[in-house]
Amino acid sequence: MKEYFNNAWSALYTIFVGMKITFKHLFVPSVTIQYPDVKLQLPERERNRLYVNMDDCIGCDQCARACPVDCITIETVKSIPGEDLGKTSNGKKKALWVTKFDIDFAKCCYCQLCVFPCPTECIYMTDVYEFSEFERNNLIYDFVTLTSQEREDKKNNYAKFEAEKAAAKSAPATKPIENQETTKP
Amino acid sequence: MIYDFFFRITDSNIIASIIQSLLPLFIFILPFALFAVWLERKVSAHMQDRLGPMRVGYHGALQTIADILKLVQKEDIIPNEADKPLFNIAPVLVFIGSYAVFAAIPFSGAFIGSNIDLGIIFIIAASGFVVAGILMAGWASNNKYSLLGAMRSAAQIISYEIPTVLVVLTIIMITGTTNLQTLSEMQTGHFWNWMILGGPKFGIAKFIFIPFMIINFIIIYISTLAEVNRTPFDIPEAESELVSGYHTEYSGMKFAMFFLAEYANMFAVSAIVTALFFGGYQSPVGYLGNLFGMHWLVPIEQFFWFTAKGIFFVFVQMWLRWTLPRLRVDQLMAVCWKYLIPIAFVNLIIIGLITVL
Repeated sequence: MKEYFNNAWSALYTIFVGMKITFKHLFVPSVTIQYPDVKLQLPERERNRLYVNMDDCIGCDQCARACPVDCITIETVKSIPGEDLGKTSNGKKKALWVTKFDIDFAKCCYCQLCVFPCPTECIYMTDVYEFSEFERNNLIYDFVTLTSQEREDKKNNYAKFEAEKAAAKSAPATKPIENQETTKP
Repeated sequence: MIYDFFFRITDSNIIASIIQSLLPLFIFILPFALFAVWLERKVSAHMQDRLGPMRVGYHGALQTIADILKLVQKEDIIPNEADKPLFNIAPVLVFIGSYAVFAAIPFSGAFIGSNIDLGIIFIIAASGFVVAGILMAGWASNNKYSLLGAMRSAAQIISYEIPTVLVVLTIIMITGTTNLQTLSEMQTGHFWNWMILGGPKFGIAKFIFIPFMIINFIIIYISTLAEVNRTPFDIPEAESELVSGYHTEYSGMKFAMFFLAEYANMFAVSAIVTALFFGGYQSPVGYLGNLFGMHWLVPIEQFFWFTAKGIFFVFVQMWLRWTLPRLRVDQLMAVCWKYLIPIAFVNLIIIGLITVL
C-alpha cells in the first residue's frame, strides 16, 4: 500500500521536475542559425571552391599533375617572339599562353594538393561553398581570361610561326634549286 | 442571446440557428486550429532550443495558412484496397464528433451553442463518438498500422472515459447540475469561488474540498489528455511505431480534417476542465465592464477569459508533450485501471459523504 502511494507520488513529482526543465529551456536563446540569411564564420584554413588568378598563372601544369582526381586540364601555347605576356606578381616572366584552364568541380575532392606546388601561388581556395548546379556540365569552370577568338588566334599565330620557321629552315636547301630552275632559260 | 439577436435580424428561426451553429466553427475552431498548430511548433521548437518556423510572416505566424493552402491543393488519394465509403466518411465523422462537443461549451455568458441541461454528459457522449470515426478510418485504410493505431485508440479512449466520468460525477454531486452554463454562473465572483478552490459555498466543507478537488483536477486532466491521444498517451498515432496511426493513408483535405479535429478536441477538453474547475468563462478578478458601467463589454471579457484559460491548458498539453516520453500500452492501462480509477472512486465516495453531511 505504501509502495502504491509512493509510485503515484513519484510519478507526479517527476513529471513536475521534467516540466520545470522544459520550461527553463523555453526561454533559453535558441542555437539555430538562420542559414541563408546568417552564415557561420568559416575556419581560417577552410577548403572550398578553387580560384585561379590567371594574371599570375604561368601555365606550368604542376597543379594538374598534382591533382589526384585529374579534375584540372591545362592547355598551353608557346608565345611567338615579340609578344609581351607580362610578368607575374612575384617577378617571373610568362612564356606560355594558357588557352585552356578548366577545373571540373564535379570531380574536385577539395584536397588542396594543387595549391602547394604552384610556383606563383595563383591557385588557391576561396570561401565560396554555395555553387550547386542543375547540370553537371555547369560545374566545369573555365578560368582562362582570353576570349575564344583570342585563343584561336594564339594557336594560329603559333602554328603560322612554326610553319614559317620550318619554311625558313628548309628554304636554304630548296632555294638554289628554284634559282637554278629560274635561271635555266 | 446570440440566437435572439439573429432571430430579431433575420426573423427566421431556421437561419438564426444555422448561423448560431456555424459561429463556433468559423469564429473559433478554424482560427484556433491555425493558431494552435503554429503555437505547437513554436513551443516545441523553443523547448528544444530551436526557432521553429520563421520565414512565413513575423516569426512564421502565417505558416499554418500556407500549410492549409498546400493541403487544399493536394491530390486526394484513396488506396485501391481501401473500403471507399467508410474511408470517405471517417474523417467527417471524427470532425463531427469533435464539433458536436462545441455545441454545449459555454464560451461566454451570451454565447453557448445549445444550452442543454445535460451539457457535460452530452459532451462526454459526443467525444466518445469520435472513437467510431477513428476505428472506421483505421479499418477502411486496409493497412495494418492504421488498424493497430485505431484499435489502440479505441481501447484507450474507452478506458480513460471511466475516470473522466467519475470526476465529472463528483462535480455533479457538489453542484447538483449538469448544465455547463449554470455551472459557470455558480462560480461567479472571484477566483476563490472556482471549483478547484472548493466551490462557491462558503463553509468548512469548502476547505475540506480543496485537496480532493486538486486530485480530481489532476485525474481529469490526465484522462482527458489520454482521450485526445496527446503525448504521453499518443500510442494510437505513435510515429516511431505506427507511421502515424489511423490517418497514415489520408492525404489532402481529409488529413486536414483529422488534424482540425485533433486540435479542436484539444481545446474542447481544455474547455471542459476550465468549465468544471476554473470557473468557466468567469473572470478571476472582476469585470472592467461592470467597473465602468458598460455592461455590453462583460460577455466579450468573458469570452476573452474563457479562451485565455482554454489556451493556457492547451499550452500545458503541449508542454507535457515535449516533456514526457510515450507510455507503453501496458503502462497506459496500468495508469488508468490501477491508479486513476481507484483514486477517482475514493474521491467520489469521500466527496459524496461530505456533501451528504
